[in-house]
Amino acid sequence: MSEESPNQPECPKGAPDSDENDGPLDRRGFLKLAAGVVGAGYAAAIGYPVYRYIASPVEQAAMASAVTEVTLDNALSLPLNSSMIFKFGTAPAILIHHANDTWTALSAVCTHLGCTVNYQPENNVIFCPCHSGVYNAETGANISGPPPKPLKQYQVQISDGKVVISRA
Amino acid sequence: MEKSSSAERKPPATVHPLVGAVYQWVDDRLGISDVVKLATKKRVPEHGQSFWYYWGGITLFFFIVMCLSGVLLLLYYRPGDSAYESVRQITYEIKFGWLVRSIHSWAANLMILSAFIHMFSAFFMRAYRMPREFTWWSGIGLLLLAMTFGFSGYLLPMDDLAYFATKVGLSIPAVVPVVGPWVSDLIRGGPEITSYTVSRFFALHVVVMPALFIPLLMFHLGLVQKNGMSMPESELEKPEAARKSIPFFPNFAMKDLGVWLVALNVLALLAAVFPWALGPAADPLMPAPMDIHPEWYFMSSFQVLKIFGQIFPGVTGEFVALGVFKLGLLLWFLVPFFDPTTKGGLRAKLTTYFGILTIVILLVTTIWGYWVLPAVH
Repeated sequence: MSEESPNQPECPKGAPDSDENDGPLDRRGFLKLAAGVVGAGYAAAIGYPVYRYIASPVEQAAMASAVTEVTLDNALSLPLNSSMIFKFGTAPAILIHHANDTWTALSAVCTHLGCTVNYQPENNVIFCPCHSGVYNAETGANISGPPPKPLKQYQVQISDGKVVISRA
Repeated sequence: MEKSSSAERKPPATVHPLVGAVYQWVDDRLGISDVVKLATKKRVPEHGQSFWYYWGGITLFFFIVMCLSGVLLLLYYRPGDSAYESVRQITYEIKFGWLVRSIHSWAANLMILSAFIHMFSAFFMRAYRMPREFTWWSGIGLLLLAMTFGFSGYLLPMDDLAYFATKVGLSIPAVVPVVGPWVSDLIRGGPEITSYTVSRFFALHVVVMPALFIPLLMFHLGLVQKNGMSMPESELEKPEAARKSIPFFPNFAMKDLGVWLVALNVLALLAAVFPWALGPAADPLMPAPMDIHPEWYFMSSFQVLKIFGQIFPGVTGEFVALGVFKLGLLLWFLVPFFDPTTKGGLRAKLTTYFGILTIVILLVTTIWGYWVLPAVH
């Protein structure tokens, strides 16, 4: 049984190929270590570029989603009681022009399972058709249905005839 | 009976009992230990010509690299209209994309090169003789498939050189009377090279060719296992006791691994120091680039076509050249029948001269082809 112990040294004393086994590392141990280090070096030299290659779109998306401000040139022509979907970074967002001429910008990604939501002017709510989630159209607060969290709200500024949306 | 054989197949005592039990369970069903036994008993002859045994393995190594780097390229390559744009993105926008593409292209060239070395070493060692005729024929088949792989892959970036080289290449079968133009149109998907051609070549390159190549490769490798390594005549003349050999595992396998490591380093160096270029996008309305030429492994046939084209009028030159290629290939294929067993006889000598002549013709026409290229500038 002792032969099967995992802590058994690779080269017991007196073995023919362990002529320098008085030091902490005998020849066989050194060769194994060196082969391991070289092997790990090759694995890293191949693995790193391959990982960066595969992850490249993820990095690009992360850069794109780092956007803090989006300017919508033609959004002022949006009629009252209507909405438009635009891209904030990489994800869809919704701009709502309310009946009282106020503006709301929210993330359009449902907090439940990620469907894109839409504005229902007749009820003045935001609705997710996937699982009938309902959000408040002014604040993005989740009102009914499965959504666990409110929609993320953005700041809206009107300047020079353009609508500027930025992170809160 | 059953008991003694399973006792024989016990795993080494140094492994954990659980690992041993799992191994036993799997082995009872798959018979891994038979393969292990085969690997430990297999021996590789060792002699002055052993160096040439590594070239088949090197070719295999480059093929594996082709498969892996090819899968990586598939992540971003888009056939059809956006082929050039997707290769431009791979080369300039995707992290390390230039390196993956360069590895794929360089490995392709090194694979063809090592396949040629492997083939000629097998030829001069007379490895095509009984019982290895099928190994010889499947090897020729693999080389032809590999060259088709190369030709179909060459078009995929759709830069100007790829476009015109493929245009020229596909107009060669068109000289065959009656069926030629029809076949060429079917291959291209029309009279011109378009995004249809790219999609066809893409399907050929990533699905059809591997589906043909891999089973044939398995057949080829299986035959090497079945018949063992061929030995040169100088070894066969020795009495069996005087022949040296080393165990396949671990001795030859470790040497093979070392050679693969060298091949990997050469490949990485070439791919990193000489990254594969991407020319301007193919434009059918632009004249062909002045230095238009095929890959080096088609250069010989390209030059022979040119020579015959100057001797004979019109497409007759191409037609005659095609006939010469086919005849040469047929002779190459039939060598096992011409030189089956004779030891140092006249036929063996003639075969050697034939091999040397083939190499000389290939080298001279290839160098000639490159020699006249700058003159066109």
